[in-house]
Amino acid sequence: MRYSGVLVPWVGGVAAALILVGLYLALFVAPPDYQQGESVRIMYIHVPAAWMAMFVYSVVAGSSAVALIWRHPLADIAAQSAAPLGAAFTLLCLVTGSLWGEPMWGTWWVWDARLTSVLILFFLYLGYIALVNAFDEPVRGARAGAVLALVGSVNVVIIHYSVEWWSTLHQPASVFRMGGPTIDASMLWPLLIMALGFTLAFVALLLIRMRTALIAAKIRALRLAEVERQTRGMVVQQTAWS
Amino acid sequence: MVVSTLATFLAMGGYARFVWPAYGLAAAVLLGMTVWTLGSYRRRQKELAQLQREAPEPRRR
Repeated sequence: MRYSGVLVPWVGGVAAALILVGLYLALFVAPPDYQQGESVRIMYIHVPAAWMAMFVYSVVAGSSAVALIWRHPLADIAAQSAAPLGAAFTLLCLVTGSLWGEPMWGTWWVWDARLTSVLILFFLYLGYIALVNAFDEPVRGARAGAVLALVGSVNVVIIHYSVEWWSTLHQPASVFRMGGPTIDASMLWPLLIMALGFTLAFVALLLIRMRTALIAAKIRALRLAEVERQTRGMVVQQTAWS
Repeated sequence: MVVSTLATFLAMGGYARFVWPAYGLAAAVLLGMTVWTLGSYRRRQKELAQLQREAPEPRRR
């Protein structure tokens, strides 16, 4: 964490540059799809957002495992700092998917395996955030949240294989698949650059949020010490009077 | 000429009302996360600075 202050502006700057390049490629350079026409451009937002939704959940679950097993104090902070960002990416994935589904599938939403499991992912994020904050003692909240995050991690596996296990409206993977990507380079590059930009933006934001959480912990400790000092003063006064 | 090219671009082959909200939401989510994250960082920093001014950390004896 000590070097994060130096790192953050660089990571954030590179992220912003990559996203701008990605936007340029996605909107101006990439060709319209031969079936989907210009609506395919939604994919350059939707697919990276979906990858982030799952990647960030893996970060939350992985940090939770570290927190439960080795009790590393930064691990809980990492998981809690990452969760709202993951929820935001999941919401972006769901809404952009819906915006693409209406013109292409003829419906905003279907309760098929892929869409439903991603919706569950969104609720897992919200449930995790709510659970962590539901306890008066931060330590107990963190532990309960970590267990939920680990149990919920099975959902990430379900999301990934949902398009193979169940017959669904959602198309199977075209990038992370055996035998390599099936899409053309002119569409693959904007996708990958945008995904890298999203990832670095997440890293920069995560580092800032972790620093914020550390400052908040320090504030809490200072307040507690202040209360303790005052009560001790009162006890001394009472003893003097009696 | 330029105007019609721009109009064609904005029309997105008839998918404008799906493509632009998607990009708009993406911008809102990314900028929103950044503003919120930086905002709470600065607020906490200020809070800590004020606390340390009011009650300097007790010296260890």
